[in-house]
Amino acid sequence: MQVDKELDARGMNCPLPILKTKKSLADMTSGQVLKVVSTDCGSVKDMQAFSNQTGNELLSSTEASGEYIFLLKKK
Amino acid sequence: MKKMAIIATKGTLDMAYPPFILGSTAAALGYEVQIFFTFYGLQLLRKDLSDVKISPLANPAMPMPIPMPVMVQMLPGMETMATMMMKDKLKKKGVASLEELRSLCLEADVKFIACQMTVDLFDFKKSDFLENIEFGGAATFLEFAGDTDICLFV
Repeated sequence: MQVDKELDARGMNCPLPILKTKKSLADMTSGQVLKVVSTDCGSVKDMQAFSNQTGNELLSSTEASGEYIFLLKKK
Repeated sequence: MKKMAIIATKGTLDMAYPPFILGSTAAALGYEVQIFFTFYGLQLLRKDLSDVKISPLANPAMPMPIPMPVMVQMLPGMETMATMMMKDKLKKKGVASLEELRSLCLEADVKFIACQMTVDLFDFKKSDFLENIEFGGAATFLEFAGDTDICLFV
């Protein structure tokens, strides 16, 4: 999967990963993919909720050694 | 567009978080947001937020590193110490500062309305507050609140 932009949200707590994700998406174009890496376990549900409400598709949500990796496709 | 209105009535560090967290997040989710600051909540609109504190006194739910009798909590400097410890903890855990969340709200066009009556009541100076806010009363708030999807009192 081609990633167009990456956001390092490690160490950030609610609601920063979501707010930074929103900001990162703002200067991307429709169809581009944003990768977000977070260490906040709460961001798993929050990212899904963000996707549901904003229409930016959550392509994948995975966990690897305490890090949560999200791929979002800009609406 | 969905809308959310919040009334912020408290001016302590802990109670300052909910309006700014929900306001900034709702804006990120596409909501139009207004926050009405009244009574002690007005302190959250000051340019300088360094006087916003948390008190362990009369706050038995506040987790303390060691059990602290009320008589000790009353001592001078305890409030400042508790505030320093709380701010340190927030920073360590990656929670944004109030200043940062407030800026994120403003960046996302969250509208702040200061209660004019409170300004008069406490003889506050308008120059102590942020510049990009409006002053209004109950009817101003209700005009927006009456048409919202979410309306909260904090």
